[in-house]
Amino acid sequence: MKTSECDIVVVGVGGQGVIMLTSIIGKAALKAGIPVRSAETHGMAQRGGSVINHLRIGCVFGPKVPIGGADILLALEPAEALRNAHYLSKDGIALVNINPVLPSTVTTGQSRYPPLEEILDPLERICKEIKTVDATKLAVKAGNSQTMNVVMLGVLSKYIPLREEMLIESLSESVPAKFLEVNRRAFELGKSEMQEDRYAMRQKNESLKFQ
Amino acid sequence: MREYLLGNAAIARGILEAGAGVVTGYPGTPASEIVETLAPLAKKYNVHVEWSVNEKVALEVAIGASWAGTRTAAVMKHVGLNVAADPFMTLAYTGVRGGLVVITSDDPFCHSSQNEQDSRRYAQFACIPCMDPADPQEAKDMTLYAFELSEELELPVLLRPTTRVSHARADVEVGEIEENRAKPEFLKNPVRWVALPAHARPRHSVLLEKQAAIKTALEKSPWNQLVLRGELGVIASGISGLYAEEAIKQLDADISILHIGTFPPPDGLCSEFIRHVDKVIVIEELEPVLEEYVERVARVHNLDLNILGKRTGHIPREGELDSCIARNAIASMANLPLVESPSLGEAAAILPPRPPALCPGCGHRAAYYAIRKAFGKDAIFPSDIGCYTLAVDMGTIDTCLCMGASITLASGIRFSGEERDICCSIGDSTFLHTGLPGLLNAAYNRARITIAILDNSTTAMTGHQPHPGTGVTACGDKTKAVSIVSLAKALGADFVETVDPYDVNATIETFRRAKDYQGLSVVIAKQVCVINERRAGIKRKPFMVNENCTGCRECVEFGCPAIEFEEDSDSARINMLCTGCGVCAQICPYDAIEVVKDR
Repeated sequence: MKTSECDIVVVGVGGQGVIMLTSIIGKAALKAGIPVRSAETHGMAQRGGSVINHLRIGCVFGPKVPIGGADILLALEPAEALRNAHYLSKDGIALVNINPVLPSTVTTGQSRYPPLEEILDPLERICKEIKTVDATKLAVKAGNSQTMNVVMLGVLSKYIPLREEMLIESLSESVPAKFLEVNRRAFELGKSEMQEDRYAMRQKNESLKFQ
Repeated sequence: MREYLLGNAAIARGILEAGAGVVTGYPGTPASEIVETLAPLAKKYNVHVEWSVNEKVALEVAIGASWAGTRTAAVMKHVGLNVAADPFMTLAYTGVRGGLVVITSDDPFCHSSQNEQDSRRYAQFACIPCMDPADPQEAKDMTLYAFELSEELELPVLLRPTTRVSHARADVEVGEIEENRAKPEFLKNPVRWVALPAHARPRHSVLLEKQAAIKTALEKSPWNQLVLRGELGVIASGISGLYAEEAIKQLDADISILHIGTFPPPDGLCSEFIRHVDKVIVIEELEPVLEEYVERVARVHNLDLNILGKRTGHIPREGELDSCIARNAIASMANLPLVESPSLGEAAAILPPRPPALCPGCGHRAAYYAIRKAFGKDAIFPSDIGCYTLAVDMGTIDTCLCMGASITLASGIRFSGEERDICCSIGDSTFLHTGLPGLLNAAYNRARITIAILDNSTTAMTGHQPHPGTGVTACGDKTKAVSIVSLAKALGADFVETVDPYDVNATIETFRRAKDYQGLSVVIAKQVCVINERRAGIKRKPFMVNENCTGCRECVEFGCPAIEFEEDSDSARINMLCTGCGVCAQICPYDAIEVVKDR
């Protein structure tokens, strides 16, 4: 029996805005009158470490998304997407920003950061659907690379049971007024990216059908 | 009205709704945001909110306020209660006047802690009630209730959230904030407030007599929920109750559940439940506190009851639980199929680890570089608790035990007869927390060690709280800034010098002299936390690698995340993260790192 309407796991690196992003969605759920639960990473892990937030929309139980239970894995960084792919359910979708953030183990030469294909290949085998987005580029296009998390919010908006107005209203309350415009542009760019991608996917599937 | 609140913010809200007049605490994950939420509201609601010097101090200040009739909360992380254990234990004898709630946030899985002790044991130990909230709403409501219960029983009450309650967010129904408070008045009553043996003995009897009243009050409280269904049952406490409820729903099984929120648990509900079921699984995080209770009750009410839990290996005693663990434990009891959680297997093996690390430009890294140069890698480096513990890969962190244990462990290693050089390190906030007695002891007992006080002028790891050395209070008011140099001298150190760790050669030179000093030497490596510097808008020019680079990797081994090595060009590169501290430029043997020039 389903115990949450929509379970999302948001992952990234400390400083990328994972907590802010999760909080915007949570506040939007509150506005919509939907019960919401989330679990956040604070403290030690924020010093450049992996950050994982759980978000459960339409849920009244514990805040942690069960392993194998996430409807959506929203990854602000590709290695973190793969690191947390076991949270996805069999029918889940991964939404992935393809821009790596190198950990100190890589910059100091102790470890290697694999090329993007080597990360996406196993990820594609694990999850049913995967959408990759150059969110950092879109954030720059919006006018500020710091809005990458809001680009990903725009991407996510296509997949969650919350109306866009609620998300926008919550976004407006969460960023300083002078940054609102750039954040709204970032949201729109993320959102429209998904429309194109969906269209492209359909095209691809149809062409497969006729082969 | 509903708000989307962090569990700790919900607890803060509960403190305000209860009309508390004094709130004290020391920062510690996962409890820090309770005081942080209240500090900016302190003036508006006329509450005294303070970051205390340590948890023992925090609790004693709270006790004073309570004895003067004011509702008070003392807030700390679980290991903080160890520091406050001395007043905590005797407080149960003396009791309280104004409601006093001790809030201690436990950290199953050690997300940000050195152990995963279970604070419910402390409540048992002290013979006082303990509330175990399951989520932010309950955390807020229980806070309010705890103040009332505390006044009703004239006992302190322990509120014990865990990381997944303190750092969970949920929609929370909030109430009115109480702004009317009784006028405080300390009523002299030596028999109560002076814990002489002659007074303590009868107070112990009073405490034991109160145990029945605690049980009666908790029995009729709304925090324990009984749902009778089939003859298989689950008894779960706090957040584990939510995991169990979710698991039962997922399994769609006819299983009875008793969700416990108070310790001691309610005898009436428990005995009713235990008579109803013939097999039960006890689900709780950490210690088998509830399980031991269920075993005791079963001896009276259902001798044949089959009890599963930690003793039978169904529920782990370490780490945190989740609904998957609860589901499979319940399924195993009910002979239902287990669900295997997907695992990444080998897929994630290609990924580089991403441990938390010192920030680019962090002064601690520069200080440790100098310490290693001055002392060599054969010396012994006891350390302490703070951001700097993240430098464990630099080879200058040999111990970390508890707050303040760097100087004392170093002393003990010296007194053991160990003859190698010893340089211990401790942060500014930790030094002021419990490092002071360690330094005093080292001076008094003539320990020949070097103490590096890594002073970044904040409590960085827990979220940049001020401390007595910063000249700012929790509420942002100006206050006296205590001098660490004067303190070190007053506590008995003769060699006390201050260095800027960004000045590499001077720092190495100072640590060399400290090492050679025949006595106790203290070096204060002072450099403001880079995060606070950035927030203050202070910018330095970044550095770059020039054509002199030979690819020797000396700078890469320094370990700053702003320095990368490019295999293609066989040379170092400085990335966007550079804060312009300039330490790598001083480390480079070939003058290959220079300031980026203005265009």
